Amino acid sequence: MHRTSAALVVGVVLIAVGIALAGLRVNPYVYFAGYVILQYVVIATAWNILGGYAGYVNFGTPAFFAMGAYTAVFLIRSMKAPLPVLILAGGLVAGLLGLGIGYLTLRLRGTFFSIATLALSVVLQTMIINWEYVGGSRGLSVIRPSGPPFGSYVTFLFTVMVGLAVIAVLVARFIERSWIGRGLAALRDNEEAAECMGVPTLRLKLFATTVSGVLLGVAGAPFPYYVTFVEPNSAFALDYAVNALAMPMIGGTTSWVGPVIGAVLLGTAQQLATVTISSELNLLIVGVVLVAFVVVAPEGIIGLVRRLRGR
Amino acid sequence: MAGELLEVQGAVKRFGGFTALNRVTLHVRAGERFGLIGPNGSGKTTLINCISGALHADEGRILFDGRDITTLPAHRRTRLGIARSFQIPKPFTSMTVRENLGIPLEYAGHARSPAGATEAADILREIGLEAKAHLRPAGLTQIEMRKLELARAMAARPKLLISDEAMAGLSSAEVDDILTILFRLNQQGITIIMIEHIMRAVMRFSERIVVLDAGERIAEGTPDEIVRNPAVEKAYLGE
Repeated sequence: MHRTSAALVVGVVLIAVGIALAGLRVNPYVYFAGYVILQYVVIATAWNILGGYAGYVNFGTPAFFAMGAYTAVFLIRSMKAPLPVLILAGGLVAGLLGLGIGYLTLRLRGTFFSIATLALSVVLQTMIINWEYVGGSRGLSVIRPSGPPFGSYVTFLFTVMVGLAVIAVLVARFIERSWIGRGLAALRDNEEAAECMGVPTLRLKLFATTVSGVLLGVAGAPFPYYVTFVEPNSAFALDYAVNALAMPMIGGTTSWVGPVIGAVLLGTAQQLATVTISSELNLLIVGVVLVAFVVVAPEGIIGLVRRLRGR
Repeated sequence: MAGELLEVQGAVKRFGGFTALNRVTLHVRAGERFGLIGPNGSGKTTLINCISGALHADEGRILFDGRDITTLPAHRRTRLGIARSFQIPKPFTSMTVRENLGIPLEYAGHARSPAGATEAADILREIGLEAKAHLRPAGLTQIEMRKLELARAMAARPKLLISDEAMAGLSSAEVDDILTILFRLNQQGITIIMIEHIMRAVMRFSERIVVLDAGERIAEGTPDEIVRNPAVEKAYLGE
């Protein structure tokens, strides 16, 4: 309990730091890039709740992210809903989608589950492409509300994402250290044995897919206001699927710290490469780093540090 | 009937066109040492999968402690008091031996807190694994792995323990080691179903034995009766 309150305090401090940073008004690009990196902290953390803790590898991250984004687009177009509503609704819709794929785990395990999530992403993208109201394949321009609570709209969105990242990490950390996290680890190691030891495996899997879905949707909900032009190819980008998996793998999947480290390192490297070399180089960096880690440090940076410390 | 802990009534399990269990009926009394034998593929593991809840019987009923558990999921049956070990050990590989026990202590036990530390230590001492408490399962020997299976099942605080070939592949001394543990658990009041191919062990351990062959129950009796039963001999050795 003591450590939980300490973590809450750290979270609040981080949000305060975020607000202070937003007040600095340095080059706006810094906030732009910072937003993307923080968005990946949320995505990687959300992915890891299912992929790292429960061992169900989700290739369909773009589907959940885009569900959040398109729920927001729909609500902006239909009723000009405010940002907090967009975030809540985006999380809710993506969470329901997560609950749905949770039931897939009844029949599909391992690679087959992963393939199904990939298919889900393709199916949803096709549906969005054919839905004119939210822009169809051409996309839709979104106009930001005038007068953000403070600063420019980009610095405001940056602070919002700081808050979301802090919440996501706190949720992941709480799950990891609770009886839920221990049950998820047991079913990741051996689902049959876990069930026979009293672990309600289906209920825990549904919990993990839903929470993971909610957080991915939450990460996607501010996206329309961030890019101001939403079209299916960017909302369903392959980058999300690859990064969501690569960042926790590189950081380490068994602890909440892993995805954070992975997202900050890879996200920053990608942003630097986009500016200095080329925007196409992003995924190449991820690919190379991922291969290197799978070979040299399959347990990620956390595993590497533990090994160097002599356990 | 009084004193009956487990009752299987006419259990049928089919896999496609293959009938793995054909109306098997079984009664196990509270506190009993019960042996389940039969040639390979006779349906022993299918039967205990139906009892533990890993599989659900297509027909028939399963009663435990006077309660119909036929449709309950496995984790609920564990909480009612049915625990099992696996033929091929299935440890939680990312956890230490001690943490492996923590899962059933927390989930099948009644306290939802990691307070089971002393309880885990007690079980490990009883089974003889306390020196390995902080190792990962990968660092265990075959027999230690089997002991971990039993220890983990014990941590679920069962009324009925199903030991699925806990001794396969062990040396003679190691078999005795496991037998001693199972006898001791039985003395503490735990009903035990032993599935085993090592005849010396089942015959010595069991008070009563049921023989399965091709999914059907072909014999039941004391070890002496089973040894003399011509149908059993035929099932194992052919005509």
